[in-house]
Amino acid sequence: MNKIKILLNGIVKENPTFVLLLGMCPTLGTTTSAINGLGMGLATAFVLICSNVVISLLKKMIPDKVRIPSFIVIIATFVTVLQMLMQAYVPALYASLGLFIPLIVVNCIVLGRAEAFAAKNTPLDSFFDGLGMGLGFTLALTLLGAAREILGSGKVFDITLWNEDYGMLAFVLAPGAFIVLGYLIAIMSKLKK
Amino acid sequence: MKKLESSLKNMTIVLTTVALVAAALLGYMNEITKEPIALIEKQNLENGIKKVILGEAGDKQINVKTDSIIDGKQIFVVYEVSSTDGKPLGKAIKTSVNGFSPDMTVLTGFAPDGKILGYEVLKHAETPGLGAKANDWFQSGAKGDIIGKNPAKDHLTVIKDGGEIDAITAATITSRAFLRAINLEYEKLFGGKTNGNTGATSAAPAPEPAAPDTAACAAPADSTLVTE
Repeated sequence: MNKIKILLNGIVKENPTFVLLLGMCPTLGTTTSAINGLGMGLATAFVLICSNVVISLLKKMIPDKVRIPSFIVIIATFVTVLQMLMQAYVPALYASLGLFIPLIVVNCIVLGRAEAFAAKNTPLDSFFDGLGMGLGFTLALTLLGAAREILGSGKVFDITLWNEDYGMLAFVLAPGAFIVLGYLIAIMSKLKK
Repeated sequence: MKKLESSLKNMTIVLTTVALVAAALLGYMNEITKEPIALIEKQNLENGIKKVILGEAGDKQINVKTDSIIDGKQIFVVYEVSSTDGKPLGKAIKTSVNGFSPDMTVLTGFAPDGKILGYEVLKHAETPGLGAKANDWFQSGAKGDIIGKNPAKDHLTVIKDGGEIDAITAATITSRAFLRAINLEYEKLFGGKTNGNTGATSAAPAPEPAAPDTAACAAPADSTLVTE
């Protein structure tokens, strides 16, 4: 398989959010604003790339029956490393996302790609798969966050479009996340045809 | 190389090794990020204290004396702030309350006469777009302005509860918790009762004992949450 194809596979054809519908918890929970969605997407992408490469390197050395616990330990390690790094060097982002970072451990995209791709392919292919999936996830979360922020509070990335009082509050809250996600999935599958 | 067989020996060795390597990596990372993290937390607190006492003034040097008061489950940290030549500027006090989510930490600066100089929500997990606005909503000039008010004289509760503060739109619970924190902090710092926590309704608030002007920090043990 060529690398570009693997990369695009994650972003478009098998987009984790819009097509595979994996990792819905952080998707719905963190996307109250575009910047939160972007941050969460990039954080997940980092973990995805690291864990994919490492798991792919170790795939021959890990016996089948203990592969899930081993994968989880590896993923959790990267998440904790990321958490400490963010806390130390990007405190502002950490302050707004801190709560959700530990959730990446149980994000099924990460374990899903480890199982479905990294455990069967070469480290380099796994790297591109992680990158593609990570970017796809980031793109989806940013779109979702931007749509919710615009509809809910009338601004996006700190640019005010109209007065906050005209925003539809529901879109900032959980029900709005489901509504926006539903419409985005519909638009995406229409566009792909 | 063939894949390792799932024998008991192999599984034990592999899982132990994976865990050991992970632990070593984490220990190492913790070691190198410990210092920057501690530094950032210290800076945040220092800037917070400056902000709530001096307003925005950034570079001015201040002396801070720290003291903690523990009252049951409620923990207060008091920072006595004075200028470098020893003139007392006021006190900042920090405590945590449960908002819509647990653990909302509010740092408030009080002038020696009990007026609120400024506040800062240091830590919270309130809903973004709603309760998360607490750090702006109650600032000077904003809709729920509490700056310059005195919790013993003014009614620092939300309008819905008979007070005079405009609650954050659609986040009354957060607003209540925030004002409760302010009132608790005032009581801890100056003793006496506040209008917010006595449960007194808007109908002719009983004359409260004026707050003692001296900023005696010794906390009276009986001053918390007097309910009627």
